[in-house]
Amino acid sequence: MSRASVVPVSVEFGQSERFRYILRLADTSLILGQRLGEWVGHAPALEEDLGVANISLDLIGQARMLLSYAGEIEAAGRDEDQLAYLRDQNDFCNLALVEQPNGDFGCTIVRQVLIDAWQLELLSWFDASTDRRLREIAAKAVKETRYHLRYSSGWLVRLGDGTEESHTRVQASLNDLWKFTTELFTPDEIDTLAENAGVAPNLNELRGSWLHRIDEILNEATLTRPDDVPYVWFGKCGEHTEHLGHILSDMQYLQRTYPGVTW
Amino acid sequence: MSDERQHWPLFEVFIRARAGLEHKHVGSLHAVDAKMALEHARDVYTRRMEGVSLWVVRSADITASDPDDADAFFEPAKDKIYRHPTFYEIPDEVKNI
Repeated sequence: MSRASVVPVSVEFGQSERFRYILRLADTSLILGQRLGEWVGHAPALEEDLGVANISLDLIGQARMLLSYAGEIEAAGRDEDQLAYLRDQNDFCNLALVEQPNGDFGCTIVRQVLIDAWQLELLSWFDASTDRRLREIAAKAVKETRYHLRYSSGWLVRLGDGTEESHTRVQASLNDLWKFTTELFTPDEIDTLAENAGVAPNLNELRGSWLHRIDEILNEATLTRPDDVPYVWFGKCGEHTEHLGHILSDMQYLQRTYPGVTW
Repeated sequence: MSDERQHWPLFEVFIRARAGLEHKHVGSLHAVDAKMALEHARDVYTRRMEGVSLWVVRSADITASDPDDADAFFEPAKDKIYRHPTFYEIPDEVKNI
């Protein structure tokens, strides 16, 4: 087999490219949902416990719809469960941002604001996508995401414009996580093909509206936007930080230990 | 307000189940202010489509009757059965009474 047939250079947005594109969205929601689930029983207050759990469940619901759709596109007999529980780390293509550890509550909130604002811009754009299923999934998810951003940005403003301690902590988390936002708006071949097919937006344009939204929130939260980092983590291409494997070992344990188990 | 920083104030939550119905008290929760209380109420009390509208009010802002006044407040109504509209037939079509 020649190398060219192993790594095909695509010129069009075909079945396998569509599968990859949908899978990225699905994995990003799935891993973030799993991460937020770690707060259950540990959040700063009972009310926040439920608030974070609600967001987690919304995201896992979105992941289920997207994984099912990806499985249909792939047409290899894999359903949402097999895609979620039986793939290895290198086959996951979530954004590296969402696999980062929760840290303290403020750190979780910073990560959530960055991703909520991205999701809100993206899902809103999907209303004009040429992909009908994606349009339908986004129409449902965008309402959930609007609330997620309201929740997370509300907290970021409270913490950023709160005490000296809370301000210092969320600013440090923002400085730490900002480098992972470059990936959100750095297109690779699949992003470009998806854009050309009218399935996905131009990421540079998306970045403009995302940044506008983020700047408004940071301004109200009296936080300073960090400088951009040129290095890109390509989680969406399977290049992950050391944290993903640990999430998967938690998330996949049951299916790996008792294959096919149901309740 | 250092006590409020340690212990978030209590809010009472009222939900309107459907358009046309009144808001009903469903419980209470803690939040730092009314805005957060409304979001907490959404997260804690409307997870199963319980309602279409929410009210929150600080528990401290509610003036309650004193249990010691119960005799004076409520006893006198006990023997005035004629105040109950139980002598009317209510058509089946009329709901929520």
